[in-house]
Amino acid sequence: MKRVYVNEKWCLGCHLCEYNCAFSNSGGRDMATTLMGVNIRPNIRVEEGEGVCYAVSCRHCEDPLCVKGCIGGALSIEDGVIEIDKSKCIHCYTCIVMCPYGAVMPSEDGAVQKCELCVKTKKGTPACVAGCPNGAIVFEER
Amino acid sequence: MKYVIIGNGPAAIGAIEGIRKKDKKGAITLISKEPHHTYSRPLISYLLLGKTDEERMKYRPDGFYKDNGVDVMLGVTAESIDPVRQTVKTDKGKVPYDRLLIAAGSRPFIPPMKGFDAVEKKYSFMTLDDAKALSEALTPETRVLIIGAGLIGLKCAEGISGLCGHIAVVDLADRILSSILDREAAAVVEKSLREHGMEFYLSDSVEEFKGGRARLKSGKTIEFDVLVTAVGVKANISLVKDAGGACERGIIVNDHMETTVTNVYAAGDCAQGTDCVTGQSRILALMPNAYMQGECAGRNMAGEPGAFDRAMAQNAIGFFGLHMVTAGAYEGEVYFERGEGLYKKLFYRDDRLMGYIIIGDIRRAGIYTAMIRDRTPLSGIDFELICKDPSLLPFGKKRRAEMLGGVKN
Repeated sequence: MKRVYVNEKWCLGCHLCEYNCAFSNSGGRDMATTLMGVNIRPNIRVEEGEGVCYAVSCRHCEDPLCVKGCIGGALSIEDGVIEIDKSKCIHCYTCIVMCPYGAVMPSEDGAVQKCELCVKTKKGTPACVAGCPNGAIVFEER
Repeated sequence: MKYVIIGNGPAAIGAIEGIRKKDKKGAITLISKEPHHTYSRPLISYLLLGKTDEERMKYRPDGFYKDNGVDVMLGVTAESIDPVRQTVKTDKGKVPYDRLLIAAGSRPFIPPMKGFDAVEKKYSFMTLDDAKALSEALTPETRVLIIGAGLIGLKCAEGISGLCGHIAVVDLADRILSSILDREAAAVVEKSLREHGMEFYLSDSVEEFKGGRARLKSGKTIEFDVLVTAVGVKANISLVKDAGGACERGIIVNDHMETTVTNVYAAGDCAQGTDCVTGQSRILALMPNAYMQGECAGRNMAGEPGAFDRAMAQNAIGFFGLHMVTAGAYEGEVYFERGEGLYKKLFYRDDRLMGYIIIGDIRRAGIYTAMIRDRTPLSGIDFELICKDPSLLPFGKKRRAEMLGGVKN
């Protein structure tokens, strides 16, 4: 299955993936007016340290601990993609305790949010990868 | 192959999903005392809070049993097992099995209390039916007394907080949530709950119930209209115990979820396995654990060997928007950080992270959980950095290439 993989050495730390993610999930028409002045809450986050940067998003594990741990049955695997049904999430955050990557996070409304490979918003390559200027994240089989 | 599963909670569902990964054809029969489609028990407090409803509480979709070829016997009680003939005796007849899973959960434990039997309105808080019955007994004036300031008692308290007039909680322990919080952390949460109008009587217990009053050991009295007992639970072990299987507080299982009775497995709140952090044999009555034990049992029942040897304490819970996460064992040296909206204790020993308690900013706590579960050597990472902020930075490029780049080093 195709997943988002990180080529750490190519990451510029530009945070464009975060903006493209937030825009893709916003339902807005154009990025500038949708995100202007907004404190974005993307499902992919760039981590930066001394001389390194890279983006972290859900790994869509084959054996996902978040799904197994979900106490409400709100997380499920659909064709390999781990999806969240926000209407079933009761904000207990067990999935946050389970995820080894820190890739599941509380959203503004309290339900958890996570990368769903843009399956609910667009077809094909996820927005973060499509907009990465340097191939630091790729969508492929490995 | 004929599989029989007793129970309908996460361990049972995990077993069905585990079996079907390997065996698409074998007959699965599920026997459950409760007459409901599989639902998430911890959600009963959210049901009373109005944050969910019976439809959304379903742990799996309506079509789950049919899609997985499961013959469901709901409202049926398993009474005993015959390990020689390999049959389960129920109140509706005998059911034969080749592989049997006991995922029978637990039931409320009610300590002997003087005058208890004469209390008119008394409830437990374990099942959907318990929650419905309790909510029907409440009016905006009702004074509720809850015995037990653990996870169940306090979740109940939060759930009914908008439905009743007053809540008092009594617990024998010197702090609330004593199974998951240390004294300092418990004080943080207790303060928040008091601000929501709850009253606590700690290091105390009921001496006698009489005429709508509870007289405590300390001499204090509490007037109440409705009583909820949430002292603790007892594992349902009798099916295996009566069949001669090894039991302590729970049904003893190995890392493959096998009991000592041939072809009989156990998982979830009735099972007692090994805590991977402490090495102790104990019941870890937590949903993630129940699911993973059940799944492991299912796979093994279907003939695919594989151990589940990563059971550990791990909790995520919140009260009135104050979130807390805990994991592992609270042993060893302590990293402590306290600030606005954060209470954080990390426990470490012998080059390993042993456990944590975090209240408030719980983001990315799973990175700590994974370190406990994987026994990540602390000498191999930037420990100081990860104490302050859980991220993947402290693991270094090579490990990150595995985690994020799909590289197998």
